[in-house]
Amino acid sequence: MNPTAARIRALVQDDRVHRDLYLSDELFELEQRHFFTNTWNYFGHTSQVPNAGDYLALDIAGRPLLMVRQPEGSVRVFHNRCAHKGTKLVTCETGNTGRFFRCPYHAWTYKLDGAPLAVPLKSGYEGTRLHQCESGQGLEALKHVTIYREFVFVRLGDLGPDFDAYFGDVLQAIDNMVDRSPEGRLTVAGGVLRNIIHCNWKMYLENINDTVHPMSTHESATQAAQALWAGQPADASKPMAIEQILPFGSGYDFFDRMGGRVYPNGHSILGVNFSIHSNYAAMPEYEQAMRDAHGDERAKQILERSPQNSVFFPSLSVKGSPQAIRVIRPLAANRTLIEAWGFRVAGAPELLFERTQSYNRLVFSPMSVVAHDDVHLFESMQQGLPAGGNDWVSLHRGFDPAELGQGAQTTNGTNELLMRNQFRAWAEYMTLGMEDTP
Amino acid sequence: MTDFDADALMDFVVHEAALLDTGRFDDWLALFADDGRYWVPLLGARQADPLSHNSIAYEDRLLLQLRIERLKSPRAHSQQPGSHCQHVLQRSSVERLDADTATLRTPFLYVEARGDEQLMLAGTCRHELVHTPGGPRIRQKRIDLLNAERAWPAIQLFI
Repeated sequence: MNPTAARIRALVQDDRVHRDLYLSDELFELEQRHFFTNTWNYFGHTSQVPNAGDYLALDIAGRPLLMVRQPEGSVRVFHNRCAHKGTKLVTCETGNTGRFFRCPYHAWTYKLDGAPLAVPLKSGYEGTRLHQCESGQGLEALKHVTIYREFVFVRLGDLGPDFDAYFGDVLQAIDNMVDRSPEGRLTVAGGVLRNIIHCNWKMYLENINDTVHPMSTHESATQAAQALWAGQPADASKPMAIEQILPFGSGYDFFDRMGGRVYPNGHSILGVNFSIHSNYAAMPEYEQAMRDAHGDERAKQILERSPQNSVFFPSLSVKGSPQAIRVIRPLAANRTLIEAWGFRVAGAPELLFERTQSYNRLVFSPMSVVAHDDVHLFESMQQGLPAGGNDWVSLHRGFDPAELGQGAQTTNGTNELLMRNQFRAWAEYMTLGMEDTP
Repeated sequence: MTDFDADALMDFVVHEAALLDTGRFDDWLALFADDGRYWVPLLGARQADPLSHNSIAYEDRLLLQLRIERLKSPRAHSQQPGSHCQHVLQRSSVERLDADTATLRTPFLYVEARGDEQLMLAGTCRHELVHTPGGPRIRQKRIDLLNAERAWPAIQLFI
C-alpha cells in the first residue's frame, strides 16, 4: 500500500479516530485533493436557477463552480473560470448572465452550454495551437453531475461509485421531503442562514448524529424554555417556538428509542422510529391534500416519518419535516461554513413554510440560543484536542465487532455507529486511488 | 417638554443601548411594549417583511425573555467566558413623530467581545416607539445589518 494511504487508514480504528483528522492542515489539503474529489457533494437546488441564464456560483473543495439554467430548460455545472487566463466568469453568487457568458477581462464569450462563442483579435490566433488545447474548447463542464428530484450533486473526480450506488437507499430521505408536497415540488425560499464555526467540518457532521449531547449541551436553552412554559395546562397550544425548542430537552431514553440506520459510504438516517419533529400540531387540511394526492396509505407512510436528520455524507443533512437542509462547506482544518436552507412546499399551507423558517432561525441562525452552546463546544474541542496525553477521540459507545463489513444496519439511537460509519467512509474515500500513486 | 418629543425619544434610544452595554437585560426587556418585536432581517434594509423571508432573529417578548433567562444560567456554556457588548450610535434622526407613535433611525457600530475575540457589526436601527403612561415603549426594534446575508460567527448578545 502507498505509505500515505497506509498512514491515513491507521488513523481510523474500529472504535476510535486519531485527533489529526480534525487538526492536521496536511490532512485537510489531502481531503481537498482526494476525499472531496472522490465523494458526491451537494451543489444546490434547481429552483435556485429558475430561468434561462440564471446562475449559482460556489466553491466545492476550493474549486470555483457555476450552475446555469440552459435555454432548453436543463441545468449544467461548469468550472467557474475563463478558458483564457482563469478569471472567474461570474463573481456574484447568483444572477442572470443573459444569453451568453462574457469574461470581463478580455471579452472572451461563451454560450450557456459552454461552447466558445468569440474572442477579440481572432486573426491573432491563426496558426496557433489554441483550438487544439483546453483554452480553445470553451467552458469545461463537470463530467459527474446528477440531479435527483431537483437536488444537484457533483463529483469532481472520475473515481468511485456512480451516484445511485454511492447514495443507495438513503435517497428515500429526499423522497420523503419532496413527497410532502401534494404537487411533488419544492422551492428554495426564505434565504440562507450562514455560520462560520472555528472547528473541523467532521465535528459538525458527527454532531448531527449525536443524540447524547442535547441533555447537557442544550441544558441552558431547554431549561429556560421549560421555566417560561411551566404552569401552562398540558393541553394549552404552544407557540411554535416553544413547540420546537422544548423537545431538545428530551432524555437519553427518548433519543435511544428513536433509532438510527446506517448505509454504506457514511450515510445515515437518525430517528427511524420518531424524532423531536414528530409531535408538531396536526394540520387537517394539509393531510387531506396529501391523501388526495398520494392516496390514504401512501400519505400516511410519508407523514408518519419525520427523521431527526438524514446525512448524505459528507456535505448534506436533510430534515423531511420541517423542510430544511444544512450544507457543510469545509474551509480549512479549523474553519467550517454551515448553511441552513429552507423550502416552500408546493400545494401545502403557509404554516409549513413558517415552521421551516422558525426552526432554521431558532436553531441554525448565528443568533440561535440553541446553536450558541453547540458552536462553543465544537470550538472548544478544536482547542482542546492539541492537549497532550491522548491522541485519540473515543467512538466506543455500542461498538460490536459484528458491525464491521456490514451494509445497511439498524441500531438504537444512541449508538455511535452512526459516527463510526462516517469515519470508515472517510478512510475509504480519502485513500481511494492513492494506492495507484507512488 | 414631555417624554414623547424628539429630544426625549433620542435620549430613549441612547438609554436603550446603554442598558444592553451594561448587561441590564431585564430592564432592557421592560422597554418593550407587550406586542413588541426585536427583528434582524436576513436581507438587511432590503427586506420587506418578517414572514416572506427568513431573518437572523425575529423575536417577541417570550423569546427575548428566553434568551435573557438562558444568559443567567450557569450552564450557558458559550458564556464561559462571558460576552460583553458596546454600541456606538450615530445621532438618531426622527423619521416620524405623531402624538403617540414615532419612528427613529439610528446608524450604529456594534462590538461584541468574548475572550480574545471581537466581532464588529455595522448597521442601522429603526425604533418604532409608542407612547404609554409609563413612558415610551418599543413596538419594534429593527436592525438592518450591513452585509446581513453573509456568514457570521455566533452573535450572542443583543445588537
